[in-house]
Amino acid sequence: MDIAVCVKRVPLVGSTFILNDDSMSIDTSRIGATLSPHEENAVEAAVRLIEAHGGSITLFSVGSAESLEQLREQLAIGADRAVLIETDGAEVDSQAAAAMLAQAINQDATSFDLILLGSESVDSGGYQTGIRISHALGLPVVTNVKGLSCEQGTATCERAVGTSREVYEVNLPAVITVLDGLNIPRYPSVPGRIKARKKPIDQVTITIPAPTSVRTSLRVPVSTSKGATNLGSGQEAAKALIDVFKQIGVMQ
Amino acid sequence: MSTLPAKAKVVVIGAGIVGNSVAYHLAKLGWTDIVQIDKGPLPNPGGSTGHASNFIFPVDHTKEMSELTLDSMRQYKEFGVFVESGGIEVARTPERMQEFHRRMQSARSFGIDHSSLLTPAEVKAIVPYIDESIILGGFQTTSAGVVDSLRMGTLMREDAMEKGALTVSSNTEVLDIVVEDDRIKSVVTDKGEIDCEYVVIATGCWGPKLAAMAGVSIPLTPAVHQMKDIGPVPMFLNAKSDIEYPVVRDMDTNMYERQHGTGLEIGSYAHRPILYKVEDIPSNAEAALSPTEFPFTQEDFDLQDEHALELMPDIVGDESIGEKYAINGLLSLVPDGMPILGEAPHVKGLWSASAVWVKEGPGVGRAIAEDMVLGVSEIDFHGEEYSRFQDFQLSHEYIQARCSEGFNKMYGIVHPSEQWESLRGVRVSPFYEREKALGAFFFEAGGMERPQWYQANAPLVEKFGDAVMPRTAEWESRWWSPIINAEHLQLRETCAIADLTAFVIFDVTGPKALDVVQKTVVRQMDVAPGKTIYTPVLAANGGFKADLTVMRLGKNHFRVVTGGAHGMADKKAFANNLPADGTAHISDLTSGMTTIGVWGPNARKVLESITSDDVSNEGFPFATCRLIEIGNIRVLASRISYVGELGWELYLPVETGLALWDKIWEAGQPHGLIAAGAGATVGTGRLEKSYRAYGNELETSYNMVEAGMVFPKVKDQDFVGKEAYVAHRSVEPITILCSLFIDDHTSSTGEKRFPLGWEPVVTRAGELLIDAKGRRSFANSAGSAPSLGKHVIMSYLPPEYAKVGQGLAIEYMGDRFPCTVAVVGSKPLFDPDNERVRS
Repeated sequence: MDIAVCVKRVPLVGSTFILNDDSMSIDTSRIGATLSPHEENAVEAAVRLIEAHGGSITLFSVGSAESLEQLREQLAIGADRAVLIETDGAEVDSQAAAAMLAQAINQDATSFDLILLGSESVDSGGYQTGIRISHALGLPVVTNVKGLSCEQGTATCERAVGTSREVYEVNLPAVITVLDGLNIPRYPSVPGRIKARKKPIDQVTITIPAPTSVRTSLRVPVSTSKGATNLGSGQEAAKALIDVFKQIGVMQ
Repeated sequence: MSTLPAKAKVVVIGAGIVGNSVAYHLAKLGWTDIVQIDKGPLPNPGGSTGHASNFIFPVDHTKEMSELTLDSMRQYKEFGVFVESGGIEVARTPERMQEFHRRMQSARSFGIDHSSLLTPAEVKAIVPYIDESIILGGFQTTSAGVVDSLRMGTLMREDAMEKGALTVSSNTEVLDIVVEDDRIKSVVTDKGEIDCEYVVIATGCWGPKLAAMAGVSIPLTPAVHQMKDIGPVPMFLNAKSDIEYPVVRDMDTNMYERQHGTGLEIGSYAHRPILYKVEDIPSNAEAALSPTEFPFTQEDFDLQDEHALELMPDIVGDESIGEKYAINGLLSLVPDGMPILGEAPHVKGLWSASAVWVKEGPGVGRAIAEDMVLGVSEIDFHGEEYSRFQDFQLSHEYIQARCSEGFNKMYGIVHPSEQWESLRGVRVSPFYEREKALGAFFFEAGGMERPQWYQANAPLVEKFGDAVMPRTAEWESRWWSPIINAEHLQLRETCAIADLTAFVIFDVTGPKALDVVQKTVVRQMDVAPGKTIYTPVLAANGGFKADLTVMRLGKNHFRVVTGGAHGMADKKAFANNLPADGTAHISDLTSGMTTIGVWGPNARKVLESITSDDVSNEGFPFATCRLIEIGNIRVLASRISYVGELGWELYLPVETGLALWDKIWEAGQPHGLIAAGAGATVGTGRLEKSYRAYGNELETSYNMVEAGMVFPKVKDQDFVGKEAYVAHRSVEPITILCSLFIDDHTSSTGEKRFPLGWEPVVTRAGELLIDAKGRRSFANSAGSAPSLGKHVIMSYLPPEYAKVGQGLAIEYMGDRFPCTVAVVGSKPLFDPDNERVRS
């Protein structure tokens, strides 16, 4: 089977966000970049499906040339090729990103059996790119999936609902967005890295559709966490610990 | 939670391995009022210690660094946080195998008795996961090991706290360091202000930021060291501890690999230099991992992946093994590659213990604490002194350029005379264009371009033939030319002009100038104006802090002339004794003055022809100085020589330097004057005169008696180190500085070899010579003595070996070369009665 996985480069933030002076973006000068955790699950799911069934994995991403770093990383995990829809790094809203990804998937030489995404990106959290892609491509979509298997043109998807699980069967091709817990993503190996350097990445240009929602500013919410509190050490800490246990209701 | 006291003797900033070691040793030496703060949490505040690979290879080509590392290992063992895993450096090239012979030399010279050379099969037997077919051999040090530097820090803090000497405050940010009248006054933090006498900056790569608060510079840059941890490795699954295999350094690829529990850690110094500014380091809260663990940049490691795969294919090539953790870890780089230790040159009480690695952290902590409390440390760290930097070395561009150049030399084969390539030709003497026209080969001296030899003198090589002692081996021909020895011989025959602009020159003036100079130097300075005096400067223990010349120019006016490389630290030695009331001061003339040396049998004839002043032996005796006029240029002339010849050092304003050079050059032609480079005027000339050099023969580990430099009388006035000096005079020395000749240069392959310095001096049978204090004998200096046709070694020898005619040997490049003691003490080998210099 041939699988497309959509991924997005996002800032790797610590416990404090620093905004640029214009409050329009996160200051990434001192931090790194990564993928959203759910997208790592999506790539891992694709790798496992290919290991089981054979086929290929193509990564799609909308972003600046810096996204090549994340694409290489996932090629090292086991994807076969990547398509970067290159932008100048400007913000692309979910609607526009979905349209661009749908177009790139559609115009790709490969006809994909399965399109995987994370349920949402960790930075903008719109939860809509996968759904919009499915709509644009006229495919069924299952979202927030925590269990996935594919047999004979059908994907079986599990979703967590409260303490129980919903199970869906969907005919392929389909779009599926996944959550963490679906699997434990593997780390890239050194041989994987070395192979990844030779895997093809196509850089394509697609006109960014006019935004329907426009960012006006970002605001860092006031953190209420006080971080760790040192309760002391040895026997004298015991009383403080008991007080905390009582406070949070695990002791009477 | 501890609260900050309002007052303390010392505030130690930083709770990495260095800050913890300093605090511990200060407490151990009896200070009771120590505050230690760190902006991060404990036990891992987020600095470089927290991500260090924590292994220690003790062998280093620098004596001080070897000693600091050995002392650190001893301390780690004392605290039970050292695992002796052993370490192996592997060679992929023949050049590296030769370097391993050098490492054997340094190991034996500096006290590491656990090193040996291995064949590829022997390496494989110890490290089964290596591909021995790609290596030529290994250099094993069985005493190498791995430490738990965070645990060590915790234990050290706890020890000091148990003594009641230390208050620790984590998550405490320094906002300002207040300096008043060039002295530390207080440290302002986000939890309050602490009045204190001393501040120690032990903050690793944050050093420049803290230093700036006190108005000074710590010239280091944060730089990336990449490492990744892959695992779990099937072969290591049953590992019972963190480290069970030796750490491997793949020297020719600038990499290392070590087992770490079930993982393999792969580190590199091979990637492009990735330097940061201290402002670029995020706070603990902003950082995704820790502030000094930047996101890994894989593209910089691509080649290293392949190198690791070549060396350890069974592990690195296993596709089931993933990269669990990979970082661009920050460490500190310094332009000359050495730590920055000691008191700041311009702020009393402000100390730096910066750019220090885990391997030498505890040793540095002890050395700094001893220097602070006792005024001298057992382990000499003259090459690492904070005060060594000149102003131009503090510029951002300089730091960036030299650190970039130095980074990839981390595991490099660095020749002892190797020159920097970046930012050359910036600090030049007034004679630079003339020197270039003469084909000068420039070395850097204290940051100045200084000719080492002149290609224009190549015909002299032919003239002197075999007397230039030609060399065929590549290693000792590198950064060397037979022209050096030819210039030397010509200087002794006629005369030479030398560019001495690299000197550091400063004046001590004011009503109390004499007191300052007396207090600083050993020799009597209450002499008539017009005297030039060569004198040592001692540390409190009677060891050498400097040697230099002082001219008394007036009642309240002294001029100090000293070498460029260490002159700034020498200046600080005087500054330490300045009175607080401003009745004496120091003014630095280094960049305002130039110095020309004119030496050789014909030097007087040259000078006579261009001055009407009396320069006869009676009119201008040895060791005197005065103003003379050469044409319309007024020159301070001093009759002194580091080459042991008749001659003068001429000091004059830099802008008139070129005119004087041209006058001397022209006047010298009928008298056979040549331009001579520092190879002869600083190197060979002094060796055959048995003149000692600071940093080689002279350092705080040796005293005046041992160096054979006892003066007949001890002056009545007090001076630093006097008590120790007097005590040393009353006992027999346990080691004595001697000069030796090499008897036979023929190596086992039949090639003539010439040691360059720091090699072990042993018995003919190869036994080490170790004195009663545990100090080993090695070549403090080695080089040509062309006028004697010999290669000379200066070495401290225990008294039973310090006898003229005693046969010994020097170990060099895997062979042992016989040598014989030629002189015990400081009597010159050449012109032993100093007739030339006084003629």
